[in-house]
Amino acid sequence: MAKIRCALIGSGNIGTDLIYKLRRSEVLEPVWMVGIDPASEGLARARELGLKTTADGVDGLLPHVREDGIQIAFDATSAYVHAENSRKLNELGVMMVDLTPAAIGPLCVPPVNLREHMDRVEMNVNMISCAGQATIPIVHAVSRIQSVEYAEIIASLSSRSIGPGTRANLDEFTYTTSNAICRVGGARRGKALAIINPADPPMIMRNTIYCLTDDTPDEARITESILAMIGEVQSYVPGYRLVNGPVFHERKVSVFMEVAGLGDYLPRYAGNLDIMTAAATRTAEMFAHELLSGRIELKPLETA
Amino acid sequence: MSADQSLKGRKVVLHDMCLRDGMHAKREQISVDQMVRVASALDAAGVPLIQVTHGAGLGGNSLQHGFALHSNEDYLRAVCPQMKQAKISVLLIPGLGTMRELQSAYDCGARSVTIATHCTEADTSPQHIAFARKLGMDTVGFLMMAHLNTPEGLAQQGKLMESYGAQTVYITDSAGYMLPADVRARVAALRAVLNPETEIGFHGHHNLGMGIANSIAAIEEGASRIDGSVAGLGAGAGNTPLEVFAAVCERMGMDTGVDLFRLMDVAEDIIVPMMDHLVRVDRESLTLGFAGVYSTFLLHAKRAAERYGVPARDILVELGRRKMIGGQEDMIEDTAMTMAKERGLLKSVA
Repeated sequence: MAKIRCALIGSGNIGTDLIYKLRRSEVLEPVWMVGIDPASEGLARARELGLKTTADGVDGLLPHVREDGIQIAFDATSAYVHAENSRKLNELGVMMVDLTPAAIGPLCVPPVNLREHMDRVEMNVNMISCAGQATIPIVHAVSRIQSVEYAEIIASLSSRSIGPGTRANLDEFTYTTSNAICRVGGARRGKALAIINPADPPMIMRNTIYCLTDDTPDEARITESILAMIGEVQSYVPGYRLVNGPVFHERKVSVFMEVAGLGDYLPRYAGNLDIMTAAATRTAEMFAHELLSGRIELKPLETA
Repeated sequence: MSADQSLKGRKVVLHDMCLRDGMHAKREQISVDQMVRVASALDAAGVPLIQVTHGAGLGGNSLQHGFALHSNEDYLRAVCPQMKQAKISVLLIPGLGTMRELQSAYDCGARSVTIATHCTEADTSPQHIAFARKLGMDTVGFLMMAHLNTPEGLAQQGKLMESYGAQTVYITDSAGYMLPADVRARVAALRAVLNPETEIGFHGHHNLGMGIANSIAAIEEGASRIDGSVAGLGAGAGNTPLEVFAAVCERMGMDTGVDLFRLMDVAEDIIVPMMDHLVRVDRESLTLGFAGVYSTFLLHAKRAAERYGVPARDILVELGRRKMIGGQEDMIEDTAMTMAKERGLLKSVA
C-alpha cells in the first residue's frame, strides 16, 4: 500500500521517537530527518534506521522535497525557528505538524477537532503542549455535555522528561495550555499548572482535570462522555488511563489520569513526550488517509 | 563557623509569614481588614519584611489551592500603602505564578519577591528571577523541601539561582523535617559556594518543634534572614514562631530591630484569636515532620480523610512514600481514593 512520505525536523528526543512511531504506521513513511549538528546522535540513529539526513537545517531539505515526494513534515525544533521552517515548506506544498509552542496554525487535539482541520485542509496545525494533549480531551468531554465555566488542569511531570527549553520558559507552557483549555476544550476560563517532580524512580506523568459546570453536573451523562473520550485517546495512546474519578462535588467534576508512554525511544514514564508524538502521528495519519484516497489535496501556499 | 561562637551583635532580618503561609492555616480566608490590621501591627513592631499573598503565592487562586476571599492585588493594594517602614514581599512558584502576575504585584506596591522551586528544579526560575531584578525588587531564590537534596546538591541549585540574579538564597524546610545538623550542613555548603554579598535565608516549619533551633543553626553557619510567623500561623504545625525567635535572638544578643513586647502582643491579641484551629504540633502535623511531607498537605489530607474514611496520617505517610512535592495537592484526593478502593471503602467507576 502506498504511504505518505514524511520529513522530521529536529533530531532530538521527540524527533527520534517520531521515527519509531512513523515506521509502525500503515500510511506514513519517515524519509528525511533534519538536524543542525552533523555529530548529533539523533541524525546518526536516523541514518541507521535508513532515513536520509541533513545537518543544514530545513534549507538542506528543500532541494529534495519534490524528488522525494515529501508531503508532511513534523517540526520538533523551537518556536523561534518554526515560522520560517513552516513558510519554506508550505510554499512547496508540504503540510506542517507543529510540535513547538509557536502555534501559528490552529490548535489541534485529535479526538476533539482534527476532523475540522482536515476538512479545511489546514497546512499547519499546532499540537499545543503535552499537558494540553493529555487534558483537553477530558475538558471537551465535559463541555460537550454541559457548559463549563472554568477548567483547571494540573500536570505532574517527571523531572527527567523535561528539557531545558521548557524549564527556561515555564510561563509559555502555562499561557499556551491555559489558552487551549478554552479554545479547544470549550471552557470559558482556563488555568494550567505544571509541577516537575524529581522522584527516582521517575513518576509516570499524571494529570488532574477539574471542571466547574454552570449547572449541577449530570453525573451519568458526563461519566459516559469521559469514558468514551478516554477510549478514543487510547486508540493512539494505549497508556492513557483513568486512575480515579470522575468525582462530583457540587458543580466540580474531578478526573485523575495517568499517561504512560509506549517506550519506543523515550522511557515509559515520559508519557508527556509520548502523547505529543502519538498525537502528532495520529494527526498526520488522518491527513494521510484523506490524501491517499484523493479526498483532499495539498497545494503550495503562496506567501507574500 | 563553630556552634559555640557567640552570635552577639549579629544582624538578622525577620520576615513574617502570617499573611502568606498563614493563609494555608486559614484555608485562604483572611479578610482585607484582617490583612491590614496584622500588617500594620507588625510594621509598628518593627518587622522589616512581611509577606502577603494567597498561601500558594501569585497565581495561587485555583481549585487546586483554594480561592482566597480576595485577589492578591486587592490584598496588596490595601496593605502596601499603610506600611511606615516594612517592605511587602510576595511568593511566586514558577509553573503556577507567572511574570504577568509579578508585574501586577509590583504595580500594587510589592517590593520583594520569593521565587520558589522544588529543591532540585532551580532551573525553572531564570526568567522570573531575571524579571524581578529588572523590576528592581529585592529578589529571593527559595529551595523548597530542602531535606530531599544533599548539601552539595542544594549548593549547586543555590548557585544557579544566584547566577540568574537572586540576591538571597533560602534553605526551605517545607516539611519541618530537618534537624539542626541537617540545616547546618546545608547552609554551610551554600555559604561555601555563594558570592560573599549573596545572603542566605532559612524558612522553617515547626512540625518537629525545631523551628527555633534550626533557625539558630542556620545563623551560626552564616544565614542572615529568617522566616517565621507570629504565633506560628502557618501550614502544618506552623512556621518558626516569630515572637519566640525574637526573644531568643534578644537573649543571645542578636540584633533584629523588632520590639519584642509589641510582637508578643500581636501574637496574643490579634493572631491567636484569628486562628480557626490551634496551630500546633498534633498527630497529623507531627506526621508531616516525621515523614517529610509538604506542610500544606495537612488540611487537604484531613478533608480527604473525612470524605473517604482513610485516616489522614495514613494518607500523609503514603504521600511521603510516593515522594509527592509541593503543588501536587491533587494527588492527596487521588491517593485517598486509591487507598479507599484498596480498603474496600470505594468502588471504581470504570
